[in-house]
Amino acid sequence: MTELWVKNACVIDPLRGINGEIMDIAIRDGRIVESVSDRADVIDAQRCLTLPGGIDSHTHVSGTKVNFGRYMSPEDMRAGRTKRKGKMHVTSGYYVPTTFGNSYRYSAMGYTTLLEGAMAPLEARHTHEEFTATPHQDMMANTLFDGNWAVMDAVREKDVRKTAAVVAWTLKAARGYGIKLTNPGGTEAWGFGEDLTGIHEMVPHFAVSPAEIITTMIRANELLKLPHSVHLHCNNLGKPGNYQTTLETFDIVPDLNPDRQTLYATHVQFHAYGGGTWKNISSKAEEITRSINSKPQIVMDMGQIMFGRTMTMTADGPMEFNLHCLHHNKWSNHDVELETGSGIIPVTYSKKSAVNCIMWAIGLELALLTKNPYQCLLETDNPNGAPFVKYPEIIGLLMSKRYRDEECATLANGVEQRTSLCALERELDWHDIAVMTRAGQAKALGIVNQGKGHLGIGAEADIAIYPIRTDSVDPAREYRKVVEGFQKTRYTIKRGRVVSRDGDIIVDGANATFWVDAMVPEDLKMENDPEFIKRFEQFYTVRMSNYPVQDVYLPRGRRIETEVFT
Amino acid sequence: MIIHDVICPFCGCLCDDLELETEGGKIIKVQNGCALAESTFMTDTRLPAPIRRTETGWEEISYNEAIKETAEILQGADRPLLYGWSSTHGEAQSVGVHIAELIGAVIDNTSTVCHGPSILAIQEVGHPGCTLGQVKNRADVIIYWGCNPIEAHPRHMSRYTTYATGFFVPDAQRERTVIVVDTRRTDTAGIADEFVQIEHGGDYAVLSALRAIVRGKASVIPAKVAGVSKEQLIRIAEICKRAKFGAIFFGLGLTMSRGKYKNIRNAIELTDELNRHTKFVISPLRGHGNVYGSNEVFTWMTGYPFAVDFARGIAFYNPGETTAVDILRRGECDAALIVASDPGANFPRAAAAHLAKIPTVVIDPHMNATTALARIHIPCTAAGIDAAGTAYRMDGVPIRLKKVIDRGYPDDAEILKKIYDRLNGGKGP
Repeated sequence: MTELWVKNACVIDPLRGINGEIMDIAIRDGRIVESVSDRADVIDAQRCLTLPGGIDSHTHVSGTKVNFGRYMSPEDMRAGRTKRKGKMHVTSGYYVPTTFGNSYRYSAMGYTTLLEGAMAPLEARHTHEEFTATPHQDMMANTLFDGNWAVMDAVREKDVRKTAAVVAWTLKAARGYGIKLTNPGGTEAWGFGEDLTGIHEMVPHFAVSPAEIITTMIRANELLKLPHSVHLHCNNLGKPGNYQTTLETFDIVPDLNPDRQTLYATHVQFHAYGGGTWKNISSKAEEITRSINSKPQIVMDMGQIMFGRTMTMTADGPMEFNLHCLHHNKWSNHDVELETGSGIIPVTYSKKSAVNCIMWAIGLELALLTKNPYQCLLETDNPNGAPFVKYPEIIGLLMSKRYRDEECATLANGVEQRTSLCALERELDWHDIAVMTRAGQAKALGIVNQGKGHLGIGAEADIAIYPIRTDSVDPAREYRKVVEGFQKTRYTIKRGRVVSRDGDIIVDGANATFWVDAMVPEDLKMENDPEFIKRFEQFYTVRMSNYPVQDVYLPRGRRIETEVFT
Repeated sequence: MIIHDVICPFCGCLCDDLELETEGGKIIKVQNGCALAESTFMTDTRLPAPIRRTETGWEEISYNEAIKETAEILQGADRPLLYGWSSTHGEAQSVGVHIAELIGAVIDNTSTVCHGPSILAIQEVGHPGCTLGQVKNRADVIIYWGCNPIEAHPRHMSRYTTYATGFFVPDAQRERTVIVVDTRRTDTAGIADEFVQIEHGGDYAVLSALRAIVRGKASVIPAKVAGVSKEQLIRIAEICKRAKFGAIFFGLGLTMSRGKYKNIRNAIELTDELNRHTKFVISPLRGHGNVYGSNEVFTWMTGYPFAVDFARGIAFYNPGETTAVDILRRGECDAALIVASDPGANFPRAAAAHLAKIPTVVIDPHMNATTALARIHIPCTAAGIDAAGTAYRMDGVPIRLKKVIDRGYPDDAEILKKIYDRLNGGKGP
């Protein structure tokens, strides 16, 4: 039995309605309990800001394309390297760090749970291998279905139950957590070098539209009672004028679940552009947030960009190729048979570029114009908009109008007219930030009842104690202190153990991987469906029996079983 | 007993549809495999126990003794090299990286003498590729450049390209155009619709000419480029531009001939250019079954696919300096651990000769040419035969190798963990 007593903590725990109370937290064997014995280890939080462990609900840290981002970028590996130190392994890389680099740096910032944003089922084993080497966070993987042939066939037949059955089989085979759609239909079109330009355009050869894929998958998702909603990267990412596609997409989302959103729209900054060319691109954050504010069934994340060098990586292969044609730097592409695509290119977001400045402004506008912080979560689509180590700066910008004004003064000419950022007075408070970095994520991912995102009795004891005294820091003026405070916790506690102290990892990690085993009626089991098996054996290049990820790849797997539907 | 869907660990194709018949702990029949697969599963030249060189020959020693002495050799070295890794599973590779980090060693894999230059090119310009199923289901144009899959990857064409029935290519033989580019008329050239014979060292020029033609600058091309007629070059460029989906596969004939990584860079840039007209992909034909896995494991752990030097405490990468051949040739290395590969047979003479001068330990299921240079040889399981583990196919698809028989040998990952424990005062990685 191990016990820990955290006393004098200034707790913000939005899911339990606690906002800045000085409290003690008792922990036994990794969970929060009523009280502990007097033999417990004691941490005096000294009235510092204490939050549930941070949760990133959309980040790219593990798997085929992330590793290829490293593989092709020795220049980045040299940009961030640390020696072996105590329990810490060597790390390399700044915007695509090695797995240990990701894990240590997230932990230093108080993050204890991560959702990998995109995993191709065929390559799931790779993602899980890297999860094991990312030891200080609990992991889960969005599973890509955007160009899945069996799904598109079922969608074309308007068969929600069959769609659900394919999803259930694939999630189990990939040990995945939820449904991810990246440029639905577009990644299949990219198989022959094409893309789709709207949600009602037909996917070549499959006779389904993105709108049909999205709505059918939403219904399948709810039929299966998956903890998370459909997680969507909209069509037309990064194109001037794409806000229309985004709004059209939002308009077809029903409200089907009383406990959480019905659609998670990711990195919406990249989908909120007005204009028609790169010359007249403008912010449509107001239109997007007007839609969000009237649709409780949608949660989005910011997809904030920050200035500097980074790597873009996504399953959206055609988008990456378009971007490559603009940047003329190196380009990698990796399409995955019967499933999805992917692309990688390095980029530099520059203050000299009006387009980049507008993108930067849009992300902040989205957060400031969304009324309910549970509907706009703080992310950069790491590393696409910026490496996650930039989150503290984003927090600073959201909490301080002065900081934003100072930054705005350094931007390219003409940006002010094309965004409304400079006119926004709103400054988020500590509670808003706690929602946007953990409580909101836990709710959106459906992991509150797994003990994540809050500090209630029975919750997993994942806790971040930041060296910030909320009663003596004025974030509007002293935003530097806010940024520094969120960069390095005093303590990060993972399942009741102090794993990181003042930025250094002090123990070996023991993360868990959450995955969903969705139950389907006996007659819908794809492993018994002769047509499914036949097509699998004909068109995949691995045998169906060799496809599912074996349990050995999830040494601490946490299986979430859903109720069977009828 | 019949075991289905067995993965052949020999080459980067990782064919996973073999059928093995075993009897009394022995494999007696291999079905669906190529000749290479058959010899992989049927030939076994394993030592019964670890051996150590004596003044007059060899003596058998216990595993404990062999592990202890290996740890001592590594501990006492100033510039140890851990080399090989490409024929074992990721689990062993991962322990290898941990050992290298712990003792400040150089760790390198067989990419250093095969597709290392391809990796350098990718690091400059990227890699437009895909999984092999994309090629199988879509490609109507296949180019084999500087490689001879009929001999080196015998089932590549039947499983993934020329003869494979694909969703959009139901009549593969009729619907696919196969172009073979090589300096000599290989067996593979014999089945090509177009064979392009290039003069030795002329690949770079031919790639440049094709790029120019694809860009609409055919007028600058002379009548012959490295022995290839302008007419043929224009014809090839047209076939490529009109393809619905084209796939280039290349081998060491392109990677290791004059121009080296510049050739690959040029080929990738040709692929990039063709993507402005249609869909095109390019991929190296990787040799060892899990060489790509060693690149993957090294990369997520250290940031670099091969040639990683931990001597400075951080991970440092500078091919040409931190590559195994160079460290040996400079005489810099003072102890070597060779795992799952055979540098004695594949390295340049000077590099191999240095292995014989320093204490070299081999951990490999089979005796090989490196054994002859070594001080100790520790036999172990063979990944995919009597050990399960992860391997990455040449296109990055991870597959779990199966254990099909038990021969009572320890897994190399277990041997390596014990070495790590000794080096780390009893604590695991």
